[in-house]
Parts: sequence; structure tokens; C-alpha cells
Amino acid sequence: MDRRESLKSMLITTIVGGVGFQACTPEEAEKVQQLTTKVGTYGRTEAEKIYDQKLMAIDFFNEHELNTIAVLCDIILPDFDGKGAASDAAVADFIEFIVKDMPRYQTPIRGGIMWLDSASNKAYGKVFVKCSQDQQISIVDRIAYPGKTAAADRQGEMFFSLMRNLTLTGYYTTQIGIQDLGYKGNTPNIWDGVPDDVLKDHGMEYPKEWMPKFVDQSKRDVKAEWDEDGNLIT
Amino acid sequence: MMQIIESPNEYDVVIVGSGAGGGMATKILSEAGLKIAVVEAGPYFDPADPEQMTQLKWPWESPRRGANTNRAFGDFDAAYGGWEIEGEPYTHTPGTKFEWFRSHMLGGRTNHWGRISLRFGPNDFKRKDIDGLGDNWPIGYEDVKPYYDKVDKLVGIFGTKEGIYNEPDGFFLPPPKPRLHELYYKKGADKLGIPTIPARKSMVTKRINDDRGVCFYCGQCGRACSVYADFSAGTCLIFPALKSGGQVDLYVNSVVREVVTDDQGKAKGVVYISKEDRKEHQINGKVVVLAASACSSARILLNSKSSNHPNGLGNNSGIVGKYLHDSTGAARQAFIPDLMNRKTYNEDGVSGMHVYTPWWLDNSKLDFARGYHIELGGGLGMPAYGFGFGVTELNKYVGGVVGGYGNKLREDVKKFYGSIVGLYGRGECIAVESNYCEIDPNVVDEYGIPVLRFNYRWSDHERNQAKHMHNTFEGIFDAMGGVVLGDKPGRDEDYGLHTPGNIIHEVGTTRMGNDPRTSVVNQYEQLHDAKNVFVVDGGPFVSQADKNPTWTIMALAWRTSDYIIDELKKQNI
Repeated sequence: MDRRESLKSMLITTIVGGVGFQACTPEEAEKVQQLTTKVGTYGRTEAEKIYDQKLMAIDFFNEHELNTIAVLCDIILPDFDGKGAASDAAVADFIEFIVKDMPRYQTPIRGGIMWLDSASNKAYGKVFVKCSQDQQISIVDRIAYPGKTAAADRQGEMFFSLMRNLTLTGYYTTQIGIQDLGYKGNTPNIWDGVPDDVLKDHGMEYPKEWMPKFVDQSKRDVKAEWDEDGNLIT
Repeated sequence: MMQIIESPNEYDVVIVGSGAGGGMATKILSEAGLKIAVVEAGPYFDPADPEQMTQLKWPWESPRRGANTNRAFGDFDAAYGGWEIEGEPYTHTPGTKFEWFRSHMLGGRTNHWGRISLRFGPNDFKRKDIDGLGDNWPIGYEDVKPYYDKVDKLVGIFGTKEGIYNEPDGFFLPPPKPRLHELYYKKGADKLGIPTIPARKSMVTKRINDDRGVCFYCGQCGRACSVYADFSAGTCLIFPALKSGGQVDLYVNSVVREVVTDDQGKAKGVVYISKEDRKEHQINGKVVVLAASACSSARILLNSKSSNHPNGLGNNSGIVGKYLHDSTGAARQAFIPDLMNRKTYNEDGVSGMHVYTPWWLDNSKLDFARGYHIELGGGLGMPAYGFGFGVTELNKYVGGVVGGYGNKLREDVKKFYGSIVGLYGRGECIAVESNYCEIDPNVVDEYGIPVLRFNYRWSDHERNQAKHMHNTFEGIFDAMGGVVLGDKPGRDEDYGLHTPGNIIHEVGTTRMGNDPRTSVVNQYEQLHDAKNVFVVDGGPFVSQADKNPTWTIMALAWRTSDYIIDELKKQNI
């Protein structure tokens, strides 16, 4: 997977950015669009923009490492029922960025990939990405279940747990992941309490003595006035 | 030869800082017809400016998905700055700890705070009378009440009248209904006889004027509201003051170093370093109002040395910087099995909690002196960096498999989404002279301004209070049917008590009193040593209650502003 040309990540940033650009050439236009949709569309200060750009200009992982990350991420979150795999959400791009942003991850991940390749070499005489899917899964199964890992594979478990964490964050912070999760917010709305069916499912109800105190959303636009004792009268 | 660039304008009042205190002073003083200079160390900020706005952004718009590499509370938080600011260090006396959060920008830290807006009660001004510790304020609730009332009406606050003696009611807008986990909390707390009441926060749930919008429940007040439906000093105080017509000049990116005084020791104006030209500038005014934040204002005073004020301005008593104190804090989380496998719906609501627990016990029966309130968090929040970390571990509480990948993992994420509840204790510490900030004799910041050195140690009053918080949290979680996560911190960890400064309620460095030998300002926040200098941030607090300080900062700043107007009329200053 070529991270720079990742169609999916471009798709995501385009949906988000939606900024039209009048640049000289199509290539330039695309470059500018990529930059501005990735950088500076979320309220950055000048210093923050420069910092983001600096990180994006650096390559940390080599091609082999990126390929390994992409394969691992798709084992961690494969497509299910058309919801999209980790690669559909460009999770490898996120991990590539985050290790530059949080250098503490660099050695554990770089070293973890090497650990994985060593384990694959020992077991099958091939690096991880060259193994068959079954072989990959058999290695992953050795390190995917904390508490059940053989002592000799414990470092692999640490690596896999880290990759699982980053894959989950990388996936569920995209549009694809948020749709799968069912998060419904981040949009203007009028909150008027927990839906009745949910209350019922949980055997809950709003305390009766509280009900008159809550905001009457039908009067939210009526200017507030109080009597002298602080009782709201509008 | 001096090369300070002097502004040709002569102001009635020069205000240093544009947060809660400075914003309020700007509004009230400018409306009285006074000519005002507001000097702010950071940039102009308007949460409605698309270039600065973070509200309603999606996590993927940040390449780090909102992580806190650059901003202490994450990419989408509105506050510039944080615990560490490049080029602006502070130091510590070895063996002591203090975390100093600064946000240099128009509106300061009001851009991102939780908007929890609690009045001090009658007891909170007179704690020494109750437990013999610390000092009483020279004023009482009855002095501040009229100003609390005015702040409520001007700024907007939701809440409910509960008639609790030390949690005075105000002029409230109606509160939003609780979320599901908050109903679970109330049910659990009820079983233990611990009260739960609707939160009191400065978000506009009902229209209060034509300049500000009404809350649309995105739950993102920490990002600052683009329709000004939450309180920020910039949007709710400074902007209206700027609009009202030619009375207010705003100097941004201007770092005040000192207050300059004349031969009589009266303030003449302030000297600031411009971040734009890196030169020294001077602005003169009849009155100087410091509102740079408790520690920054103390620093400015301590750095304002002259023959009349050899220990720093206002510091004949040696009290400037002393009695620094922050709220106590401790936190715990639990997994609530009844909140597994939730139906999802939009429950963003207002930012943070919709209900809370005010202090409910009698300290005479406890091994610590002051109280705390409990805040809570949880719900079906928007994913950000950290989402999903360690999620499979929750399986061990419900007989599931820890670890794994693939569709099993996908199911785990949804199974546990919205099942974690966090409780946060915020309490009152004892203000003591031995906790202080002072000028570090060896270090300057990038503007050549001598920096602060902190000396702060908690006492057993605070440690035992944190221990009590954890016991309470465990009890409530238990009553909610929850599984408490993590071990209870022991004595070696101060029972989980947060590092001082961490709660960002630091106050007390220019404390108020009638006796010039033991206090820095009088009851009108006026320096004992220089009649035309006032401090309207958290510095004048004698004690800080278990209440978030902003509402009291604003009420006192308004009271002080009225006094300044009056004294100017009488030509006393």
C-alpha cells in the first residue's frame, strides 16, 4: 500500500475539507488540497500548522514496515459485512503519523515488526508479510491473548496489544469507524433527555420531582426573565 | 538611554489580562464611560472565526485524532498554551511540585473550562470561624450576593433552586435532563444518602440576550462555542465592550513585565514586551487593574521593584505570592455492566456533567477539614485518540475473552461503548503561607522577564480528603452495580491526590484582608501599598471553597469595578 497515494485517505480528507482551490496546475491543486485538508482545517495556530507540516514531510517507516503494519491492521480489523476494514479507514497512515507525533512509539513498533519477522522466520522461514494467511494467523494467535501467552512470546504480546490499541483508535476516529460504532452526535440538536425506549430498557425514569425543573425546549428561544426571588417566569 | 516605546494614549484604566476578571472589569469600566486599554499576552481569539474554530470538527480532521501533543487537553480544545509553554519556563524548589497551566489568548482559560459555576456559600467566606484553620475573608456572602445575582443574569447559568445553605441558589436558566449514566449515578448515590442535584454551569439553555445564541447540545464547550452559547470572557464580556463604541483598545501579543510607578509610589502604567516587535512598550493610565491570573499577577507585582516598592509593588508585607492554593482532586473510573450493549443515540448534551454532588458531610466527624464536590463523566462520547485502548480487558469482568482481533474485537468495542463512568472529586485545601510562588533569582523567560519558582506541599488535610474521595467513589460505584477499575492509591501515592496546580483553580497569591501586614489587597481588591492598583483575578482569594473559582472572580471583579468608578468620581485615586 502506498500511503502517499492512498485513495481512501484522500477520499476521507476530501469529504471533510471540501475546500475549492484555484491553483495553477491540476497536480499543484491536488497537492494544495491534500495539504490544506490535512493541515490547518481544524483551528490550528501558525506554530501548530508548521509542526504538522514538519511531521508530514518526514518518512519514518520503510516500505516493508508499512506493508507489515497494513497487513496486521487488517488482521486486527478486517472488513465485516461491508463496514470496511482497517485499510479502508487508512489506519496505517494514522500509525505512520502518530509515531512521528509520539516518538515513544517508534522503537516498540519498529522493534515489534522485527520481532514478528523473526518469529515468522523461525516458524516458517519467511518474514511475516510473505507468510500465508493461515501462517500469519497462527503467529498472531500466539500473541493476541494476554494472560495466555507463552513466556517466550511476551514481547510479541506487548507489540500486538499496542497495535490493537492504535488500530482501534485509527479506525474508530474515521467516518467509517464512527458509522460502525453508531455514534450519533457532533451535530446541532435539541437534547431532551434519554429516549423513552432506552429508559424503559434500563428500568429508569426521570425523578418526578425533577421534571418541572428541566429546560422546556419549546421555550428555549423565549428570553429568560425572573422574579425577584430568582424564579424563572418565562 | 531608555528606549521604551510609550503609547501616546493616556487611559483611565489599563487592564492586564482578558480572562474572567479582566473581561468583567473591561465590560463594567468601559460601560461607565472610562477609556480602557486591555493588554493581553496572547493572540486575538474568536471561536466563530473559521480559522480558529474547533467546534463540530471530526476526529479525523486532526492527524493525531485530537491527541494532546500540542494542546494539553487535545487538538480540539480551545485553550492555547498548557502546563508547559516553550520559552516561558517556571521552576520549583527541590522536593516540591506545582503544575502551572497558562493560556495566553483573548479570554484566557475561560475559553475551555468546564463552565461549572458555583457560588461560594456563607460558610466559605468564614472557614476559620468553623475549623480554626486559615483565615476568614474580610467580606461575607451578603457582600458578594448582589454581584453573583448580576453575574448570573448577565452571563447565564443553568441550575435549580435547592435551598441548600452553603450552596446558594441564583438566577438560573433551566438545566438539561440527565443522561443515562447520570441516572445510574443518582440511583447509586441515593442508596447511600449522598445527594445528587442538577449541575450549575454557564451554558445558555434558554435565550438571555440578542448577542448570544442558545445551546445546540454538541457537548463541546471545551472547544469554545461559535454561537457564544457558553461563557467565555472574550465572547461574552470583551466583545460587547469592544462593540459599545471607542472606549476599549485591545493590545494583544503583549506580555506585561511590570507596573511602573511615579515618585510617590503610585502606578503610572505598565511596561510590556510586544511579541510582534520584541521591544518594550509602555502604556499609561490613571488606574492599573491586574487580571493576568493569580500567579502571573503576583509575578508582575514582584517584578515591579522601585525605590518606593523595593520588595515589589504591593509587597511591603512580603505576602505577594504566599498562600498559593489549588483545589484538591482525585479521580476513579468504573465499568458498569448494566451499561453494556447500549442502543446508541445522540447524548452529547452540554459539555461534561448534567448532575453533580455538592459537599454533603460534616467535617467535625472527619479526619480532614474541608469538603469536596463530585463531578462525573461518561456516556456515548465522540471517539478521539485513545478510543479502544485496552477495551478487551473489560471482558475479564463479564467472563469474556481478553485480547483477540477481528470481528470479536469489533463486537467488544460496541459491547463496552458507553459503559465506563468516571468520578472526579474537587475539594478545598487549606491555604498556608508556606505554599508560595516567588521570583527565581536565576532564570528569565524569552522576554527577559524573571520567572516564578514554586514551593508547594500538600498537608494531611488534603491527603485524607483524597482518601475519603476514593472511599466514596468506591461506595457509589458499588451501589451502581459497577466494577471499580484500578487499585485504590495508598499513602505512598498521597491517596491519589493530584499534583497541586493540576485542577487549574490556583488562587490566593495576593490575598485580601483588612490588615496590610498580613494581606496584599483590601476588600475591594485594591493594593494596600498603591491605591490605584487592583487585582481582579483569583489572587485575592483568602480561601477557595470546594467551588470552581470563576463565578467568584467575576462577582468580585464587578464589585471592584463599581468601587473604582466610585473612587474615580470622588477623585480618591
